[in-house]
Amino acid sequence: MKEIRVTPIKNGTVIDHIPSGRALKVLRILGITGEVTSTVTVAMHVPSKVLGWKDIVKVEDRELHPKEVDKIALIAPSASVNVIRNYNVAEKHTVQIPDHVVGILRCGNPNCITNQREPVETEFFTRSKDPVTLSCKYCEREIEDVAAAIV
Amino acid sequence: MGAFQDRDVLTIADFSRGDIEKVLKVADEVEVGGKRRGELPLEGRILATVFFEPSTRTRLSFESAMKRLGGDVVSFGGLEGTSVAKGETLSDTIRMVEAYADAIVLRHPQEGAARLAAEFSSKPVINGGDGAGQHPTQTLLDLYTIWDELGAIDGKTIALVGDLKYGRTVHSLALALCHFDVDLYFIAPPTLQLPREIQEQIKARGRDYKTAERPEDLIKDVDVLYATRIQKERFPDAAEYAKVEGSYRVDLEMLREAKKGLIVMHPLPRLGEIAPEVDRTPHAKYFTQAHNGVRVRMALLSLIFGVVS
Repeated sequence: MKEIRVTPIKNGTVIDHIPSGRALKVLRILGITGEVTSTVTVAMHVPSKVLGWKDIVKVEDRELHPKEVDKIALIAPSASVNVIRNYNVAEKHTVQIPDHVVGILRCGNPNCITNQREPVETEFFTRSKDPVTLSCKYCEREIEDVAAAIV
Repeated sequence: MGAFQDRDVLTIADFSRGDIEKVLKVADEVEVGGKRRGELPLEGRILATVFFEPSTRTRLSFESAMKRLGGDVVSFGGLEGTSVAKGETLSDTIRMVEAYADAIVLRHPQEGAARLAAEFSSKPVINGGDGAGQHPTQTLLDLYTIWDELGAIDGKTIALVGDLKYGRTVHSLALALCHFDVDLYFIAPPTLQLPREIQEQIKARGRDYKTAERPEDLIKDVDVLYATRIQKERFPDAAEYAKVEGSYRVDLEMLREAKKGLIVMHPLPRLGEIAPEVDRTPHAKYFTQAHNGVRVRMALLSLIFGVVS
């Protein structure tokens, strides 16, 4: 076991293989602020065999909703999500960039109809997965900064 | 039931080459004038024209097309005193209008409005222009004009000139022309060149194109010169507009080296892009193009209402 900087958790989620520098964005996606009640551990710029360098986020006593996993995929397509139960990895998922992203991004075009008071969820089609390129179903514009567009 | 019956017309990207050719063929066959008794295929049908932005050609030609086919029109425009002025959402407006009509033509200042309207309407929605987005019926009448005037679209050299950045008609036309074997030129000052996304979509469709800054340099090669107005209302800042205002003008001097059969088109309204003296030359086809709007919209309405297939 090489993980000496970060101790194992009993129950919760470990998000591993986050591209180096994106851990704080992952925290933002998960809505983690100073208000949380259980422990959150962030490791940044950790050596990685696969990526060279990576970030890791450990969130105790919380399992992720599929929509949260989709959001992570958009900014950290290489990430893996491990669900920990009683110190064991109970489930291991590699995140997948969805072909169709509903409701988790805001269109960057201020003149898009979805930025008005209309009762619709935003929808984006994935045009390319590497680099991640998404275009709005309604106004057809591409999102320039996916991380900034996350609601 | 034809493939067009009850279909929404939201973006030209939804049209295959076969779809486009179908519309052109039906447009060629419609009787625009001289309506005869017993030939009112859309009698009893109602078209709603819902215009949240001013328009002359699109609205009048849709209304004319519907009436020439024997149908009726209810119209919604001039927003003062309407529920829209009171802050009603587009989705609510559309759910109301769909009860009053059998199809809806929508013009709206926000991009994506027509697609949203189509989701809330059980009746077909035709996009009459949404912001800087799509204007598919303009594209169909542009294609019809080229096809009708030159006998074919394949094999032609087509130059789009002017405001290629903000001009929605050129975006739709450029993408639609990718279905045909044409040489495309995009001529504009660098700040008004075709957006990167559209250029990439053209490449993704396997079409090549050339860009240039001045129409004079290419005029002798082209079969179609499609001029557009520099749209002041879409510029985020007045200084940027001032820099490019009047950056080109089609006049007799420029046309001196043109091919004999060159046609000059323009979606109108024009400002100074085409000198009035050009109107008297056989090159001028912009008014014919506007007239074709009725024919092409008659074809589209006939197809959507399923009276031709």
